[in-house]
Amino acid sequence: MAIELNPLEQFKIERLVPLHIGKLDVSYTNSALAMTVVVVLITALIIIGTRRAALVPGRLQSLVEMTYEFVADMIDSNVGREARGYLPFIFSLFTFILLANLLGLVPYSFTVTSHIIITLALALVVFIGVTIIGIVRHGFHFFSLFVPHGVPLPLLIILVPIEVLSYFIRPFTLSIRLFANMLAGHTMLAIFGGFAAAIGLAAIFPVAINTGLIGLELLVAVLQAYVFAILTCLYLRDSIHLH
Amino acid sequence: MSDSDKPDPLARLGAELDRARASRPPPPQPSGDGGNLQQGIGLGLRIGVEFVVAILIATGLGWVIDQWAGTRPWGTIVLFFLGVGAGMVNVYRAVAGIGMAVGYRRNAAGKPPAKDDWDDEE
Repeated sequence: MAIELNPLEQFKIERLVPLHIGKLDVSYTNSALAMTVVVVLITALIIIGTRRAALVPGRLQSLVEMTYEFVADMIDSNVGREARGYLPFIFSLFTFILLANLLGLVPYSFTVTSHIIITLALALVVFIGVTIIGIVRHGFHFFSLFVPHGVPLPLLIILVPIEVLSYFIRPFTLSIRLFANMLAGHTMLAIFGGFAAAIGLAAIFPVAINTGLIGLELLVAVLQAYVFAILTCLYLRDSIHLH
Repeated sequence: MSDSDKPDPLARLGAELDRARASRPPPPQPSGDGGNLQQGIGLGLRIGVEFVVAILIATGLGWVIDQWAGTRPWGTIVLFFLGVGAGMVNVYRAVAGIGMAVGYRRNAAGKPPAKDDWDDEE
């Protein structure tokens, strides 16, 4: 085969500006660049979109307002109105993941969310933050989350470890879900793209498949951002309204 | 005392906002196919990972405990089964949430009836 198939090459991290503090490698990488682009783009979109706040919104303003309303509704219906204070955090989380996923679909760009370290860091922020909120709001009573009520004592010996485990698994499921979906999707696209480059005229078939896959990946990109945000809401709800 | 007597325009605005909010209908529940489809796909993607990751993480944790405490197979075995349990609990929680109102707020107005039916069967 003339062209080497290397579908995982797209995930390689490269140091753009090597930087070292002591033994710590804090180089500015292509991953950091992609994240910078995402953050700058979100900020610019929102600032420009809300600069001329019109009663009848234009296209950009509509976009910003719809995103805001979407996240606000998500919090209202999943956690309740009193959780509106957490809107900035969930809004940032949602838009960051959404744009990182979408920008990753641009050819030759870098998909930040296909690296588990990024998604795990996001998930751990959510997990630790939600736990702290729960402890601050309910004190020691928060740990009653691990004790299902109305259960006979002998069963608790089994159920409490299961509850604890299922609680501490949350950051992992949250991060692996996003990471695995992005990684698998982009690898698949690259594999079919590699086929297309290798087989000449018959390339029309893998290209056709890729055309469909791009649509699927768009769906996955948006849905994964949505799932991440809604799960953050559900975890938040658990620590605000202790059941 | 009428509204115009109030010196603080912000307070007046606040009162007006409160009145407008009270007259507004409660937030519409997402309905229709679009919302259901979105929720369905979101849920499907959620529970796919839930079960597998729970088992993997728990078993890994058991293995680490074994290495550390020298209790060779037991930590892995016990935590594997706990992981299966935790995975099932997570999936059940994710799925049981569908039937309830969006967001399945359990303590908004007591337990929803659907949930009680489930409990009675058990």
